[in-house]
Amino acid sequence: MASASLLKSSPVLDKSEFVKGTQTLRTPSLAAVRYHPTTAPSALVVKASAYADELVKTAKTVASPGRGILAMDESNATCGKRLASIGLENTEANRQAYRTLLVSAPGLGQYISGAILFEETLYQSTTDGRKMVDVLVEQNIVPGIKVDKGLVPLAGSNDESWCQGLDGLASRTAAYYQQGARFAKWRTVVSIPNGPSALAVKEAAWGLARYAAICQDNGLTPIVEPEILLDGEHGIERTFEVALKVWAEVFYYMAENNVLFEGILLKPSMVTPGAECKERATPQQVAEYTLKLLHRRIPPAVPGIMFLSGGQSEVEATLNLNAMNQSPNPWHVSFSYARALQNTCLKTWGGRPENVKAAQDTLLVRAKANSLAQLGKYTGEGESEEAKKGMFVKGYVY
Amino acid sequence: MACASFAKLNATSSQWIAGQQSFAPRPRSSAARFPARRVSAPIRAAAYSDELVQTAKSIASPGRGILAIDESNATCGKRLASIGLDNTEVNRQAYRQLLLTTPGLGEYISGAILFEETLYQSTTDGKKFVDCLREEKIVPGIKVDKGLVPLPGSNNESWCQGLDGLASRSAEYYKQGARFAKWRTVVSIPCGPSALAVKEAAWGLARYAAISQDNGLVPIVEPEILLDGDHPIERTLEVAEKVWSEVFFYLAENNVLFEGILLKPSMVTPGAEHKEKASPETIAKYTLTMLRRRVPPAVPGIMFLSGGQSEVQATQNLNAMNQSPNPWRVSFSYARALQNTVLKTWQGRPENVEAAQKSLLVRAKANSLAQLGQYSAEGESEEAKKGMFVKGYTY
Repeated sequence: MASASLLKSSPVLDKSEFVKGTQTLRTPSLAAVRYHPTTAPSALVVKASAYADELVKTAKTVASPGRGILAMDESNATCGKRLASIGLENTEANRQAYRTLLVSAPGLGQYISGAILFEETLYQSTTDGRKMVDVLVEQNIVPGIKVDKGLVPLAGSNDESWCQGLDGLASRTAAYYQQGARFAKWRTVVSIPNGPSALAVKEAAWGLARYAAICQDNGLTPIVEPEILLDGEHGIERTFEVALKVWAEVFYYMAENNVLFEGILLKPSMVTPGAECKERATPQQVAEYTLKLLHRRIPPAVPGIMFLSGGQSEVEATLNLNAMNQSPNPWHVSFSYARALQNTCLKTWGGRPENVKAAQDTLLVRAKANSLAQLGKYTGEGESEEAKKGMFVKGYVY
Repeated sequence: MACASFAKLNATSSQWIAGQQSFAPRPRSSAARFPARRVSAPIRAAAYSDELVQTAKSIASPGRGILAIDESNATCGKRLASIGLDNTEVNRQAYRQLLLTTPGLGEYISGAILFEETLYQSTTDGKKFVDCLREEKIVPGIKVDKGLVPLPGSNNESWCQGLDGLASRSAEYYKQGARFAKWRTVVSIPCGPSALAVKEAAWGLARYAAISQDNGLVPIVEPEILLDGDHPIERTLEVAEKVWSEVFFYLAENNVLFEGILLKPSMVTPGAEHKEKASPETIAKYTLTMLRRRVPPAVPGIMFLSGGQSEVQATQNLNAMNQSPNPWRVSFSYARALQNTVLKTWQGRPENVEAAQKSLLVRAKANSLAQLGQYSAEGESEEAKKGMFVKGYTY
């Protein structure tokens, strides 16, 4: 249909912005957009980061059967809370001692495929003078790094937060890559009692998408973590509804940012009732709702979904994961646990050198339990009382 | 966190992610009381949820696919003209009867998309077509869009109309026996595509899908990326990823039940005028990559359109995509690629009906095998290998 007005530039331009190829289009024109392939005809990834193959390999390695992530990226302040809970001061030496205990647990790599570190730890050495990253790599554990700069109030929202950290992220991630990190993590939150507002959800999703693109550009496989906080008295259906919305937006913006889906990992919260909801859910119910969410929102290109534990007890977190692995899934469904792996270990250590081995043993017990859960083979036999204690803290900030 | 500007909240920016009840923004307080939710998943369960899911699963059953015979009267006229027949209702009825009364068709065909006229037609013996289909366990479907028209403000692109009155139309079709619907919009790579055209295509599909489900029809979601153009396969992949990302985002926004839809994509191939042809393996690789990146496993079936490929090409490409298990059923919804040889064999002569029906079964069976990844091209006729691309084809 001929239309003379089409050839005139502009008011039409913003509506007609072309879905760009790898060349920028200067004017809307009736001529076919000429395409100059910059990649070989057989290459599949159109906007391949230089690191595409490595990103995919890292993601696959972290998402390997029977394994999951040990999250030990507590900021210094938060690590201080952990140390305080066993009567220790928040000093670098104590943080170093604790992290040394964790990364040196013998045979940890059988159950743990990746460890998320805080920046300090990435550059630290163990108490024996070996680089933390080297110890991990020797254990067959991929080092990861927390790259966000924490949550701050979101202006114009209902008391909600946003996650900062994009400024300088490119150079930061490049430096972390040089130091040996191969994946990154960015945790933003969504609060159901506060709405959530469309604004907060959009900001969370957009921030994650931008972070993911920058990471991939610098060789780090991004873990995408929009945590829907446990706080609230809402039922499981409400969590489900919000999670559907959040993940739709996250994937839409990641696509817009040309993120390579084969080179990311997800770190969702499981779909559960709010912590203050009087109706509790069984592991089977949690699994049913969570798997339904994943089936509706996660394209199979994503290699791994590593759940956060978010205040569940160690045993709960393991039982729920196990329930999700009772039949084959189109993606690796595993864990990325902090408190749910470390709680008993920390208490067992108590800060005493003579307890290190016992503490490491308890870490391995939890790691193995979750490994079995990833394979759908966990039985709750022999779990301690400590492991069953819930760790939800209302309004928890970490 | 104190925030005086809270009082100046911009309504749009603070719009809540609504639950089943809408609610006004609450004053900031630490214990925001929130109405209890008693809604069971899926959240906006339509009256027809279970049936939609059942229908979709049934159409996406192993070794079966869709026979698309929803050509408008005008397009059907072109088909009839190609074998020297006039475009009359009697001839259209005769042709559709040939197809829909093919014995044993239901072994390979799980659904048939009809044009409105056909949905209300009967055989020459007075048996309703929908009944013929049901007896063969073939689900009747209905084309519900009202065709493509120029999209103002775009680069000579089209949009698909049909939302007006769609709810009542769908309800009527359901009463008549249809259980799934189809809406075909197009995207043109040589024309851009413009972001506007892609957005309009995706949004229209999402709205149509929601309305269909509301009225008991499983929507087939079809954004056809036209074959026309000289672009390479990488460009098709790029555009397809964009289109499907937008389609799924809007489907979600419209609360469409993903377990109760089917997709009808075009395969990811080079443009028809591109000098390098792609092998079935290459097409499979690119197409599966696109699907894996964009289609959540909740979607039960992906029924590819043939869009101008030859009968054999369409079968080979489908077969290549089924060489290992997929998280969704990957099957066919072919019109020309199932009907071409049939039409030519029939030539409008009653004495040729049986032979024509046999040739339909040959193609249907070939595609059934392809769905199972077990097709071999041995014994295919020359006719079946002829390409059917028509530049600037409109149907």
